[in-house]
Amino acid sequence: MNGKTSITSNYTDILRLNAQGLSCIKQDRILFEDFSIQVHAGELIHLVGPNGAGKTSLLRILVGLSEPETGGVIVTDAARSETASFSGTETPSENKIDYPLLYLGHKLGLNQYLSSVENLAYWANMHGIATDQHELYALLARFNLVGLEDVPSGQLSAGQQRRVSLARTQLLHTHVWILDEPFTSLDVSGVAFIQDLVDDFVAQGGAVLMTSHQALQSRLPVKTVTLEYRL
Amino acid sequence: MFNWLHPYAKTERAYALCNTLLPYFFVTAVVGLLVGFIWGLAFAPTDYQQGDSFRIIYIHVPSAILSMSTYVAMAIAGFVGLVWQWKTAYMSMIAIAPVGAVLTFISLFTGAAWGKPMWGTWWIWDARLTAQLILFFLYLGVMALYGAFSDKTQAGKSAAIMALVGVINIPIIHYSVEWWNTLHQGATITKFGKPSIALSMLWPLLISIVGTVGLIGTLVMMNLKNQILRRELHRPWVIALLQKTEQR
Amino acid sequence: MKSVNPLTSIIKRDLVLAYRQKAELLQPLLFFVMVITLFPLGIGPGPETLQKVGPGVIWVAAILSALLGMDKLFRDDFNDGSLEQLQLAHVSLSWAMFAKVFVHWCGSFLPLLLISPLLALFLNLTPAMYWALIQTLALGTPLLSLIGAIAVALTVGLQRGGVLLSLLLIPVFIPLLIFATSAVDSAAMGLNYAPQLAIIGAMLCFAVAITPFAISYAIRVSHH
Repeated sequence: MNGKTSITSNYTDILRLNAQGLSCIKQDRILFEDFSIQVHAGELIHLVGPNGAGKTSLLRILVGLSEPETGGVIVTDAARSETASFSGTETPSENKIDYPLLYLGHKLGLNQYLSSVENLAYWANMHGIATDQHELYALLARFNLVGLEDVPSGQLSAGQQRRVSLARTQLLHTHVWILDEPFTSLDVSGVAFIQDLVDDFVAQGGAVLMTSHQALQSRLPVKTVTLEYRL
Repeated sequence: MFNWLHPYAKTERAYALCNTLLPYFFVTAVVGLLVGFIWGLAFAPTDYQQGDSFRIIYIHVPSAILSMSTYVAMAIAGFVGLVWQWKTAYMSMIAIAPVGAVLTFISLFTGAAWGKPMWGTWWIWDARLTAQLILFFLYLGVMALYGAFSDKTQAGKSAAIMALVGVINIPIIHYSVEWWNTLHQGATITKFGKPSIALSMLWPLLISIVGTVGLIGTLVMMNLKNQILRRELHRPWVIALLQKTEQR
Repeated sequence: MKSVNPLTSIIKRDLVLAYRQKAELLQPLLFFVMVITLFPLGIGPGPETLQKVGPGVIWVAAILSALLGMDKLFRDDFNDGSLEQLQLAHVSLSWAMFAKVFVHWCGSFLPLLLISPLLALFLNLTPAMYWALIQTLALGTPLLSLIGAIAVALTVGLQRGGVLLSLLLIPVFIPLLIFATSAVDSAAMGLNYAPQLAIIGAMLCFAVAITPFAISYAIRVSHH
């Protein structure tokens, strides 16, 4: 269960996320026990496993939404602790950033009554980032959503909403993307586009840990970590 | 300070502890209830004011007092679960809940039965009965919330939060309901004042209370054992235990 | 880089959403008015009876209408994943929850307060009684929102939250009901009702201090 293949890259000595000895029990069933994973800069990790193996649960534990039964997760370079207050912008020290992780899960995080621009703007503001209308329109254009920026998100198709959701990767300065099934509902060109984004991010020193039921068509080496299904 | 308690976070140890303590609680319950009820219902002197109907206090008062303490015990178990994340704490909490709920129901039923000869009606909205009714709803709420979740750990956490909200509210509810209606007679047992009932009536009452405590302990432990077995069915120690009992 | 206060953006977002769904906001309000209309029809239109039951009826209707409208507080945000993202942001979840409950109170209970004169008219309350009533509503409805939000946060992940929410919350609202109606009754008799208001105020202070933590903890448990 520990992925031990190493990839040659300029960055792999920088450890971004270190999880040791994680156990997860859901509905009195042990999903995984004593699982460890490390994410280094410049790595593209594909987490695979059958349905129900616990991939989503693992990602949620890594990000902090769920508590594991045992074990812990350490995220390096976090500038603030999780219980930081909303007020005050501390001067960040040299290597620390506010958000070392970006998590985009199954749920899109888009309110159906707000337009794409509004959804993105509020999401960015919630993270303390001011946004410019023009920037957001340009961003949505890159994601092939011209003309749909002001439509309430509930009226967009599933694939279009997924693209709005993934546009958030471009709004936050971060080290690691944790993506749960990002290709859901996307058409072929959408999948290729997102894969390109991921590859560009990894090539520049970012790290991506993602799940997908399809094999990744990446131009970079992909490290595969398998989560087995336990009875 | 609580090091002696920590081993019982493991369900196997908790199960063993229940087995050890169960006989003591059972004996206390049987002896206490038999002695208390027979003495109180048959031998205690007749009350000059209420006649023989007052004898129902030997069932009503223990159940009323203990229904509240049981809720507090349930809330404490929930609190322990939330702070230390012990599965056995959540299991204890939900093992206590139905016992407390039935106890509250008994107190309501006997309180109403006591009311008939005293006030001439089967139900009256006095402070104590109303507060007991609300307590009954609080118990049902915790049980309903627990039952609504399929993941029992999440169920335990949610029910524990609701139990804590309830326990904070119990003094407020009591004060407000009492203030709302002061028809019920004052407390017959106070800690520091002279009790306003005769000693010959008091003793069987105290013994009944002790017996009821034993009953609660017995039932909770039996319930807790079942909870543990049901949820830990896949563990080797449970399988070994079941095989052993099958061989007998 | 320019930075933005996340909390104000949460408040703004919730206000915009409330405005865009104002038709839905009207429903609990209409329910409130219609329930109160049922009482004269059920009990009889005698002015004295109505005045006697008036405070209790208005408060019971307020509680029922609150239970009806409270489920909406977190459900949309939970279902679409916005609450998840909120937990991951570096906003204090307690403050964020307090902000959301405040906006929800503005949307659900402020209209109730504004419509209360009409109801005082329906139930034949005297001006003194009405003045007491509006004070109890002003102090008490935030309590309903704050404490209710804890139970809403706990049940937000469940499929059918509705009746369970009522079962959980009604016992907890009973002290408020008792003190509020007692205040209005005292006003009817010309007595001083400051003590009742003081107790409600104390409960409100306690709730303001404690419930945001309980609500944020409950939200985290729901995302377990």
